[in-house]
Amino acid sequence: MAHLLEVIDLEVKFGLRTGNLTAINGISFSLDKGGRLGLVGESGAGKSVTGFAIIKLISKPGFISAGRVLFNGQDLTSLSAEQMREIRGNHISMIFQDPMMTLNPVLTIGTQMVETLQAHRNITREAAQAIALKKLKKVQIPSPEKRLGQYPHEFSGGMRQRIVIAIALLTDPELIIADEPTTALDVTIQAEIMDLLQQLCEAQHTGLILITHDLGVVSQVTEKIAVMYAGKVVESGPTDLVVNSPQHPYTQGLIHALPGSLQPGTRLNQIPGMMPTLTDIPPGCAFNPRCALSDTICRQQEPPFVIVDSAKRKVACHMVKPNDKGGQP
Amino acid sequence: MNRAWRQFKASYLLFSFKQDKTAIFSFVVLVALLITGLLAPLISPYNPYDPANIDIMNSELPPSWTEAGQTEFILGTDIQGRDLLSTMIYGLRLSILIGCGAVLLQGLLGVVVGLLAGYLGGKIDAVLMRIADIQLSFPYLMVAIFISAIFQIAFGIGRYEELAVPLLIVIIGLAEWPVYARTVRASVMGEKNKEYVEAARVIGLNRWHIMFRHVLPNTMTSVLVISTIQVANAIMSEAALSFLGLGMPVTKPSLGSLIRSGFEYIFSGSWWITLFPGVFLVLLVLVINLLGDWLRDVLNPKLYKG
Repeated sequence: MAHLLEVIDLEVKFGLRTGNLTAINGISFSLDKGGRLGLVGESGAGKSVTGFAIIKLISKPGFISAGRVLFNGQDLTSLSAEQMREIRGNHISMIFQDPMMTLNPVLTIGTQMVETLQAHRNITREAAQAIALKKLKKVQIPSPEKRLGQYPHEFSGGMRQRIVIAIALLTDPELIIADEPTTALDVTIQAEIMDLLQQLCEAQHTGLILITHDLGVVSQVTEKIAVMYAGKVVESGPTDLVVNSPQHPYTQGLIHALPGSLQPGTRLNQIPGMMPTLTDIPPGCAFNPRCALSDTICRQQEPPFVIVDSAKRKVACHMVKPNDKGGQP
Repeated sequence: MNRAWRQFKASYLLFSFKQDKTAIFSFVVLVALLITGLLAPLISPYNPYDPANIDIMNSELPPSWTEAGQTEFILGTDIQGRDLLSTMIYGLRLSILIGCGAVLLQGLLGVVVGLLAGYLGGKIDAVLMRIADIQLSFPYLMVAIFISAIFQIAFGIGRYEELAVPLLIVIIGLAEWPVYARTVRASVMGEKNKEYVEAARVIGLNRWHIMFRHVLPNTMTSVLVISTIQVANAIMSEAALSFLGLGMPVTKPSLGSLIRSGFEYIFSGSWWITLFPGVFLVLLVLVINLLGDWLRDVLNPKLYKG
C-alpha cells in the first residue's frame, strides 16, 4: 500500500542572530492511508514544529533546510505558496490545542465554516451551509441549525473543540494533524473528543497525526508511534510494542512516569534532569546526561537506528541490540 | 433582523447604557442636535441662504427677550440681518456633515494603512508608519492654509464657496489619519499572533481574506472608540479653521464662521452672535465626548470580558 505521507530526513532550522538553530534534526516517518500515528515527546522536543513543517507553515525565522515531505507521492517542500494553500485545509487539516483561541471571536461559526468551504470549492453559500450542517451533526452538536448562527463565546470548551473538528473535516481531508487537541479540555471531555476523532477518522478513512505528550491518549488511539527527543525520533514502531516493551531508555522513562501503575501514596517516577535547550545539545546521544545506562560511546557518537522486532521497530540507542525481543537492553 | 434586535436588547451595551444617566442624557441631546441639523430646512424659521429673507435693516437685532428685540427673531440677527437661530441650525448641519465626513475619510485611510502596516510588517510597515509620522509632524493649520490658498488660486474664490465642504473634509481627514493608523496597527499586531489567525492560514485562506475578514473586525472596538472622539475633534478643527477665515465662507456659515463673524462685533455690544453658536458648539462637542468616554469604559476589555 502506498504511503499517504512520507517524511524523509526532514530538517527544520531557525535563523537566529547567533547562527542557525536546528529544531528538527533529520526525522523520518511514514503514514499509510487511513493510518493513525502518534508523535510523542516532552515540551520542546519538536513535535509541533514537525506538524507545522508538514504543511509548510513554520513562522519566521524558521525554515525547512533539508528533507522531503511526500504527500500522495507529491513533494510538498517544492510547492509554491499558492499550490500549498490549495493543499492546506483541503487535503490536510490541522486541529490546535486551544479551541478558545482558534475560532475567530467576531464571526459566527456558520460564517467561518462557509468561508473555509468557499476558499477551496466553487460552491454557493447555501450549498456550503448544507455541508457545514452535516458536519456539525457528525460531531454531535445538538440543534446545529440554530448553532450555525452563534458566536464562539456561546459554546463551551468541549463544544468548541467539536466545532474545530467539524471545520477540519469540512473538505473531507485525507490527513488531519491534531496538535494536542485535548490538552485544554477537562478529562471527561478529553475522552469524548478523542473517541469522536478516532471514530470520524475511521469512518472516513482519514489519516491522523496525533501530537501529544500524553502516552495514555496515544496508546488508545494510534497504531504507530514515534517518540521524539530534542528534535529527533528516538524510537518508532507499532504502538502496542512501543508502549508495552519500550526499548529506548527515554521511552522507558516516559512510560514509567505514567501514574497509572503506581501504588497510591508513593512518589511519582520521573526522568531526572531537563531536556537540553536546542542551543547546546550534548555531543553524542542527546539523551546521555539523563540516561542511567549512558557509557563513553554515548557521549562520543550519535547512535544509529537499530532495527528490532523483525524490522517493525527502530530505536536510536547504542545500548539496544538488533532483534532484541523486548525486555531490558 | 429580529434576532439581532433581541440580541441587542439582551446585550451588556444596552444594560450599561440604561445604568448610566450621563450617557442617556448625552445620547438624547446628541440625537436632538442631529435631528435638528439634518432636518434644518423643516425646523428653522427662515432659510438663511435665501437672499429674499435677508434685510440689512434687521442687522444686529438683539434676542427677542431684550428691550430692542423683535419677536420674529428669537435669538436676534447677525450682522447681515439673518435670523441667528436659523443660521445656527444650518451651521450645525454643516459642522456635523464636515465632522462625520472627515472622520470617515480619516478612518478609511487610517484603518487600511494601519492594517497593512501591522499585518504585513517589515519594510511596508516601516515605510507606511514613517509617512504617518511625517503627516503628523505637519501642523494641520499649515496644511489647511496651503491647500485652501492653492485651491483658491486654482479655482477662483467664486468656486470656493461651493467646494468648501468637501475641501474641509479632505483637509481635516488628511491631517488626522495617522491617529487611526497607529491605533489599528497596534491592535493588529496584537491580533495577528493569536491562534485563530494561524488557524485561518491552516484552513488555506489567502492573506487579504485573513486581514480584512478575520483581523479587521477584531480591531473595530478601538476604532469605534476613537471615532467618537475624532468626530468631536474634527468639528472643533472645522470651527477653528472657520474662525481663522480658512473654513466655511460667511455666506454659508458653519458654527465656527458664525462665532468669527460675531467676534468682530462683540465689543460693540452684539454678544449674542458669538455666544449662541459658541454654546451650541460646546454642547455638541461635549455630548459626543461624554458618549465616547462611556463607550470606552463599556468596551474596555480590562473592565468587562465576554
